Amino acid sequence: MTSEWPLYEVFIRGKRGLNHVHVGSLHAADDEMALHNARDLYTRRNEGVSICVVRSVNISASSPDEKDAFFAPSGDKIYRHPTFYEIPDNIPHI
Amino acid sequence: MSYQDAYSAINDENDSRWAFGTGFEQPVSTVDAPIPSGVDGADLAAYCLMLGEDALILSHRLQEWCTNGPELEDEVAIANIGLDLLGQARLLFGRAGQADGSGRDEDFYAFFRGPDEFRNVALVELPRGDFGELIARLLVFATWRLALFSRLTDSADPVLAAVAAKGVKEVAYHRDYAAGWAIRLGDGTDYSHERMRAGLDSIWPYIPELFVPHEIEARLATADVAVNPETVRAEFDDVLAQVFGAATLALPVRAAAQESGRVGRHTAALPPLLAEMQSVAREHEGAQW
Repeated sequence: MTSEWPLYEVFIRGKRGLNHVHVGSLHAADDEMALHNARDLYTRRNEGVSICVVRSVNISASSPDEKDAFFAPSGDKIYRHPTFYEIPDNIPHI
Repeated sequence: MSYQDAYSAINDENDSRWAFGTGFEQPVSTVDAPIPSGVDGADLAAYCLMLGEDALILSHRLQEWCTNGPELEDEVAIANIGLDLLGQARLLFGRAGQADGSGRDEDFYAFFRGPDEFRNVALVELPRGDFGELIARLLVFATWRLALFSRLTDSADPVLAAVAAKGVKEVAYHRDYAAGWAIRLGDGTDYSHERMRAGLDSIWPYIPELFVPHEIEARLATADVAVNPETVRAEFDDVLAQVFGAATLALPVRAAAQESGRVGRHTAALPPLLAEMQSVAREHEGAQW
């Protein structure tokens, strides 16, 4: 047993109907405390309407070593972007 | 583009460029709210000062936890709670300055009065103890204040009602925070249980005072401006019984009342607290920053 509380990753959803965004991490002894701590650490400036927290050990992430194999193949496929359409000025968050 | 202040910058009509941190509300405005007819302005001012001083003094004790918290996360949580209470004190002091007709501002009530003029309950001025004592004190204070504020939202004084409506959401979180920790410590290890138990024992003698109505409170309660604290004892006991049950803590036996800050009899802890809190304002009177 370690004396340090487990690490959690924090995701906040803002008011604009956007998706949850990773904002940082924190330590907490249990899930409920992690939610409380996230509220106190990451929503002090009215940032959020929803918080998700998850134990960092439960997140699988791609490794920097795999960067080329993972992402380089999509680098030359410009036709996958909707860049051949006119996008009206008042459409946000594209 | 330039703005008058931070509020207008972040609340610009075209603020879609901010993904986070917009939509702030202006603080409760206290201008142009008349004193309810038939209510003595001096009474209303004294009542606002009692509630405001409770918040101000506890806020100072919570600020003393900065750099002393057991974990960084909890230190921020405690500071947030202190800031909420400081905000409540400011609004209540502002109302007091209107109600007593003096027009004095919040700084006067906070920084330029001596211990003999403060009417906060003794519970909030006790010296800072350990984390168990903090949680015990916060649990008791927030449970009591939430019961008062949830009734004050119907106050005949529109400003008190507005301050209470804003404060209910804040104090509900404070109670939740304290109850969560009381359960974690009480139902944790033998050692954490003992520390929680000791914290409760040390503040328990200061609970009876919370429910003794001051004559001004009683007068204003009959005019539906104030809440008679006697009427919230049952709710207070119910909430604590629930928390104590989940925390496997036995309820301490009811103690005889100790000091009564409401009538101006304070513990020895108040004068040094005020001396520290007021030192900067008195050294640089009228300074702006």
